[in-house]
Parts: sequence; C-alpha cells; structure tokens
Amino acid sequence: MIRGVRWPYPIEFDQVEHVDTDVLVLGGGAAGCMAGSGAAEAGARVVVLEKASTIASGASGSGSDHWESAATNPCSKVSPEELTDAMIRSHGGYNNGISHYIECREGWDRLLDIEAARGKIRDTDDDFVGAPFRDRATKLLFAYDYVNRFSLRIWGQTFKVAQLRNAKRNKVRFLDRVMATGLLTEGGRLGARVVGAVGLHGRTGKTVVVRAKAVVIATSRPTRVWLFDPAAPGISEFRPPQCTGDGHAMAWRVGAEFTMLEKAIRAEWSGTRSFVPYGAGNNHNTWYACTMVDAEGREIPWVDRDGRELTTVAERYRPSPGQRFFLKGGGEPDVPSYEFRGPETLSVDELLERGYKLPLYADLTRMPEQERRVIWGVMVGNEGKTKVPIMQAYTSAGFDPDKHRIQSYGDGWKSGGFLPQERQFFGIPGGLMNDWELMTNVEGLFAVGDSLFASNCYGHACATGHYGGRHAAAFAARRDHGEIHEPQLESVREMHYRPLGVERGHKWQEVNLALSRHMQHHCGDFKTDELLERGLAGLTELEERHGGTLVGRTPHDLIRIAEVRNIIMTARIILHSCLARKASSEWLHFSRLDYPEFDPPEWKKFVTVRLTEDGVAYGAKSLDYYGSLTDEYERHNLDYIESPKKASARR
Amino acid sequence: MSTRPGTSPPTGDLHFVPDAAVFSPIYIDDELCIGCNLCVFVCQADLFLPNEVKGGAPSVLFPGECWYEGSCVDHCPVPGAITLNTQLYNRVHWEESRMPPE
Repeated sequence: MIRGVRWPYPIEFDQVEHVDTDVLVLGGGAAGCMAGSGAAEAGARVVVLEKASTIASGASGSGSDHWESAATNPCSKVSPEELTDAMIRSHGGYNNGISHYIECREGWDRLLDIEAARGKIRDTDDDFVGAPFRDRATKLLFAYDYVNRFSLRIWGQTFKVAQLRNAKRNKVRFLDRVMATGLLTEGGRLGARVVGAVGLHGRTGKTVVVRAKAVVIATSRPTRVWLFDPAAPGISEFRPPQCTGDGHAMAWRVGAEFTMLEKAIRAEWSGTRSFVPYGAGNNHNTWYACTMVDAEGREIPWVDRDGRELTTVAERYRPSPGQRFFLKGGGEPDVPSYEFRGPETLSVDELLERGYKLPLYADLTRMPEQERRVIWGVMVGNEGKTKVPIMQAYTSAGFDPDKHRIQSYGDGWKSGGFLPQERQFFGIPGGLMNDWELMTNVEGLFAVGDSLFASNCYGHACATGHYGGRHAAAFAARRDHGEIHEPQLESVREMHYRPLGVERGHKWQEVNLALSRHMQHHCGDFKTDELLERGLAGLTELEERHGGTLVGRTPHDLIRIAEVRNIIMTARIILHSCLARKASSEWLHFSRLDYPEFDPPEWKKFVTVRLTEDGVAYGAKSLDYYGSLTDEYERHNLDYIESPKKASARR
Repeated sequence: MSTRPGTSPPTGDLHFVPDAAVFSPIYIDDELCIGCNLCVFVCQADLFLPNEVKGGAPSVLFPGECWYEGSCVDHCPVPGAITLNTQLYNRVHWEESRMPPE
C-alpha cells in the first residue's frame, strides 16, 4: 500500500482563531493591498485575508507592463471627464462610470504612492533618452497614444512588493494563506449589515473568524466557469487559477446585488487552448505596435480608423487626422467605436485576399531600436506572465530580438481557437453593483478592483482599492462592532470540513470539469429561458448530489473544494443574470434565441440580480445611475481633495 | 467554539497520496537549491511542500495548479536552482528575420 507524503504543517481542523479589526479586506492583490493602505491612512485598523502570499499574489502579483488611464499625470492631454466619457460611450453605456472615473482621477496619486515605496514608475536610469514615448522632464514612458499620454509603461515587476511595503508601513496586518470563505451578517440575516467574515487556512486547516465594522471585497473576477482543463487547471484561463469568484459567492449569499454578469465573451485566452498570453507573435497590448510580417517577410499594413495605410511606425502611436485620442490596452472595447478606434493591422481575411502568406510573424528587428527595446525589455520584461516564461525562457533558448521573428498562430494576436460555447470573463465583464462610496447594497460591504462590475487593469485596481478602503474606514469610524451570529459561523465551518468525512467521492477537478461542460451546454453562445432554467436545475443537482460528495484530505484540498463551490455559485448568479435580461445585446455579447431583437431601447439599462428571503429578485438601474461624475465625485471626496498630499485630484 | 464540525478530524500525522501529474512545470536542482523555501513562500497556488530536512529542496506536490508566471524563479536567490518548463505544446517557433523577395 502507498503510504504517501507526510503533510508538513500542523493540522488544526478543530482550531478557531479570532481576530478583531475595523476594516477587513478580502484578497491581497493589487486592489486589496491598496485598500488596506487607503483604510489605514484614514485611521482604521486593517486586516487583509490573502489566499496566497501577498508579496506575489493576484493577477498582477508577478508584474504588469502598463498602467492605463492615468489622466491626471502631469503629461496627460486628456481630462478624467473626457477619458471616462470615452470609456462609457465606447461600451454603449455598459460600463462602470464611478470606478473608471476614480481610475482616471486618482490613478496618478497611486503611482506616486507606489513610487514612494520604491516601485519604479519612470525611466530613472535614462535608458530611453530621446525616445518619442518619453517625457524629458518627468522621465515618464507612455504607451499606445504618444500624443495624449494618459497610459504609462511601468516597471510593474517592482510594484507588488512596493504596495506591500507601503501597506505594512501603514500597519496593515496581512494573514497569508487564509481564504475568505463566508461573510457574517447581523443576526445571520440575508441583506443585513456585515459584521465580519470567516476564513480557512490553506496549510493548517484552521478557521479564522474576523470581526469587522466594514468589509472590502477584493477577490477579482471568477474564472474556470466555462473553461477547465483537468490536466493543467492552473492555466485553464488567463487569470490566476485562484480567481474563483470567492467574493462573488460570499456576497451573493448575504444578498449583494450584481449586474452585467450576463456578459461573457467568446473565450480569447487560456494556457491550454491558446499560446501563453503575449508569448507568440502578436502586435497587441504588451507588444503594441510591433511590426508583423508574412511568411515571405512582407510587412503587414497598418491602417488608421479610416482605412488609410500608415507609412511610418510613428503613426501607429498617433490618433488619426481629426481624432481627439484613441483607446488601447486591456480595457479597450472588443469592437472599437469609430470615435476612439486606434491603428490596427489588416484582418487576416483581408491579408489572405491580398495574397499575403501564412504563417505571420512578429518582427521586432523591423522596429526602431528604442521601440524594440521598450517592447522586449520593459513591456515583456514586466508583464505578469512574460518576464520568466517568455523573456527569460526565450532568451536562454537563443531568441534574439535584434535577429529573430516570432511566429503567430491562428487569427492574429490571440493565437488560439475557441468554440462559440467556450465563454470567458475578459475585458469588461460584470460584477458587484456599487454606489459612490464603492459600497454594495449590503450595509458595510464594499467592493474594489475587478470584483466590481465592468472593471479592468492595474491602475483601476489600485485606484478603486484605495478609494474603497478609505470609504470603508470612514464607514467603520461611525459604527460599533456587530455581534457574530454563531449558527451562521457554524454553517460556514461545516462547509469547510465536510469533504473530510466523505469516503468515496469526486475530486474537485472532476466537479469543476462537469460544471464547465454544463455551462457550455446551458449558457453558451445561444440562450433561451428553457436552457437557462435547465442550467439552474442542473447546478442544483451538481451541488446537492456531487458537490456534497467532494472529497478532500488536506487543508490544500479544502481550499480547492471551497473554490469549486464558489465557481458553482458564480454560475448560478450568471444564469440568473441571463434569465433576467429578456433581450439580446451586441454590447453584452448576449444572444437570446427567444428574444432575438438586439438592444431594443427598453432594455438599455443595467439589469441587476440579488438573493432575497423570497428568492432571487431581478431589478434594473439606468445606465447613468451614477449622475454627474465630477459633481458626485467631489461631493463624496472633500477630505481627499483637500488633503495636501493628493495634489493631482485637487487639480 | 462550542461545537465541532460534523466530521472526525484526523489526529497525529497526516499522510496522503499526491495526484499523478501530466506536466512538470517546475524543475528544482537539488545540488544548487539551498533550501531557503522562498519559492514555497511566494507560490500563488501553494504547490510546493517544504523539505522536512533543514536545507533540503522543496518538492512540487500539486504541479497541475501551476500558473506558469514564474514568481518562484523570480524570487529564488540562486540562479538556476529552479527552472520553469513551458509545456511542449506552448513552445513557439522563431527564426531569422528575412526581407521579402524582390
């Protein structure tokens, strides 16, 4: 008989650690770390629960290549109002005006915080003196639109460490390897004020109970809902495998309101269905605007929004004649509107028609020397998943950007082929609904970063993190602690340890695979009421019959199992969100066979879903529910605007 | 806490059988590794287990969960002690650049 491996950590399944704080942050990624700092700077005692290890955790823990929409940086030629308006309009109104305005208005402040904690935000080594993307006075490097200068190239590999340093300097307490598993509410009631949360330690298996006056959800967006590979679950998606909708599931259980979760695009990224992001030949995002060539070495034409062929590399970084500015990067719309559309290479179909030969290649040797070095050195050298697996690995295998071209696979930059039913939350998906304090409809429950609806990017995560953290601190300052309702705590604990008692059952990988298959069938490219209802019923079966037989032995297993339960819960929210919208929508990549009309005027609104005592309630909010961006922002942030440290927000 | 969960937690040493792996994302050179466990500390997926012998190399217990972002390599103080291995199917082709025929 195989005796197996001895678990090296103490087993504490029967232990409960109690912690008290003012503000509790769930998740220690870019947003959570900054929420901790923001709350602590506002005078609160802060605890952060982090499932992994804060120093490198989250989608950007291992780096980031650019920071979007820093509209108040000293070189920006676009105002926060103009830029937010562009982001809203280029998504047909289906965007988070509040969070993106915060991103535009406060992003630069957060860059200065990170710099003060020794993160590198400018070319202090003078590696790019004279480059067209560098400002001589500030030494900032810009990405994409070199004329308007609101997105920055950054040395993101230094950022997470700096954020952690900044938070610790502010006396934020981090509990690493603790997964938040459940929220606690007053009297254990649905929709009542939040009084704390429960966590599970991934090494010892102990329960951690944190009593708090305000709780901030910073657990990103869910993955592995439609895409799952049991051989390599870690790269089933673009985002880290730990992004499993933990905050979504917890918030749903206590009655928080969600919106836009009916929006899931046809998948674009997965380590098992496409090449490593930015690892194959491409000219987008990290690699923008690399020259592409065909098999014979002919350059692929770049065109502006009017289809005019560009004759120089410099033009790829400039707006079209008559255009104010263009949008590029992670938050760009899937179908860019004419108004904000940037330069692009011709589509593959067009290229084939014109006689270009596959395969295509990205050819850095044809780029000006400084552009080549900034793409391969700064961008690929600092993006989260490209420094070690791409730059270091390719270099040690002999790749030389001065000599070689890299093959592109499939349709251009994505290098993957996905089926229509393989969906993904990418770009600007749904999430928690928020007000001007980034509070949800549940009193004391805040949301920041990618757990918010229509959110994306490092700058957005940091800006909303700080903002949500300081508003949570202000909320906490006005409240006393609530009482923890023991039966609610016990029900979370029961969920933690149930898999230990299961003799014969399913591993988490098998249940996750079953769920992803189920969602492809019932919530794929086409939807109907009957399919979606059947989808919900199937989830109940999965939860009750098979979820109940999830088997685990180690604390590590218990974490993975809790994650799969959360993904199933997220799937439930998604199905309800789809049922609630009785119309198709191009903006939302949402196609209903039974309601085939696209974007009828009466459905141009945010549809919301939440759990109530009487079942799931569907609601709606107008697309401009947040009111005047400038007025509302200033009304809610007088203290911040007047603080001497935050010069840029004061303007 | 007044009540215990509805199961009998194991007592004493816990032994378990690790999953069979399809991929080997991480290679640790036992000769170079100084057993500092920084990789164990930083890993997002917590897929390493520390060696119970002080100074010994950690083991990779949950390789399937690797996100292949390379934080373990990035934080390792000894160059070459730990290597990230891209899956074969994710390895891309490159070649000498060439100009088009006249």
